[in-house]
Amino acid sequence: MTVYLLCLVLFSVGLYCVLRKRNIIKIIIGIGIMEYAVNLFFILLGYRHEGRSPIFAEDQMIKNVVDPLPQAVVLTTIVIGLSVTLLLVSIAIRIYEKYGTFDITKIDNLKG
Amino acid sequence: MIEIHLILLFMIAAAVIAVEVKDLVSSVVAIGAVGMGLCIAFLLLKAPDLAIMQLVVEILSLIILIRATIRKDLPFSASGRWVFNTISTLSFIAIFLTAAYISLKHIPVFGNAVLGVSKTYLEDALAGKGAYNTIASITLNYRTLDTLGEAVALFTAVIGILAIARRIGGQKEG
Amino acid sequence: MLDREDKGMTLIVKTVTRITLGFILLYGIYIGFSGHASPGGGFAGGVIIALSFVHIMLAFGKDVALRHLKARMLRVLSALGGLVFLFVILMGFAHKRVPLDMIFDAVRSCHIFTNDIIIPLCEMVIVGAGLFAIFTALVLLSKIDKNSE
Repeated sequence: MTVYLLCLVLFSVGLYCVLRKRNIIKIIIGIGIMEYAVNLFFILLGYRHEGRSPIFAEDQMIKNVVDPLPQAVVLTTIVIGLSVTLLLVSIAIRIYEKYGTFDITKIDNLKG
Repeated sequence: MIEIHLILLFMIAAAVIAVEVKDLVSSVVAIGAVGMGLCIAFLLLKAPDLAIMQLVVEILSLIILIRATIRKDLPFSASGRWVFNTISTLSFIAIFLTAAYISLKHIPVFGNAVLGVSKTYLEDALAGKGAYNTIASITLNYRTLDTLGEAVALFTAVIGILAIARRIGGQKEG
Repeated sequence: MLDREDKGMTLIVKTVTRITLGFILLYGIYIGFSGHASPGGGFAGGVIIALSFVHIMLAFGKDVALRHLKARMLRVLSALGGLVFLFVILMGFAHKRVPLDMIFDAVRSCHIFTNDIIIPLCEMVIVGAGLFAIFTALVLLSKIDKNSE
């Protein structure tokens, strides 16, 4: 139970960063922290005590295996998180070219 | 499992440093420390496939983040209307954590995961498919459409970056 | 800083890059192709191959890296990888004419490809697609940096 709560505290650190910071790069860092926390939470849900990793060898009898389904899902999620981060950083570079600053309170022109 | 608690405490400390430090390059390095702690946590939780993936993906995203910040180094972190915003954010986070604590009592205790669907995959993987790695068997045989969706998400990101990088004046590319 | 970006980094970095580059590429191909028996898989292998190309670009500058792998070729290979993967999946659909939720049976009983061929083929395609997509993105981001200063 405390492990789950610590993982959610990590998520809320990232959430605080997204809500309160004015620099776009800090917001991207906050989104990254939230991604890490959510992936860790999925894997914590699927852990068994004294389990082993779900990779079989030829001649071993398996008694107790960790849950492989959240791991397959999180594998996809990590790649999607990387592509979201790439897109965010390219948008941030473009915003810097147009406005000359990374501060989000100064980006208020609605012209294209 | 005292090691998982220690790794989580290290990750929380590194995340707080990444959020609060004023210099941008230092905070990117701190998020690298968070990712490294996550990779070690995946190894402790018996997921070696994910540890490899997390390590290389984090190296790539660190390279791209430093690429974005190292030329335009504006350490800009001051905030206005400080008291009201901070108090409302912290109270929202407190409500979120309280609701999470109440609802976390209903899921199985840490370490006794219920293998519902995965029992079918585990029994069938070695006998039916001949793939020793269960995770590769799940992503390529049982859930191939998820892998297709992942490739589509990658391609969408690439098309999006190409569209953003395009200049209006007709800059030559390629 | 613009000139330093174009010419790459110092001599020590260049020498070490020349030594380790082949190993990184070989390791990425190994992890991609042996994903069915040990941890790894197509996506991790693709990202490691992309990292080897990014290594060339960071150490030697943008022009040397683009000489080895043209930007137009990147887009062609990326699109080709995606199309082959889509074709393999649609073969699984069309061969048995089963509804959408029986994809498990359809892929398994596709008697043109046995299960020894379909897994490495899919992985080769995914490695190709993952690699080139990511490297394309980084090359074009550095083009943005060049044109903005």
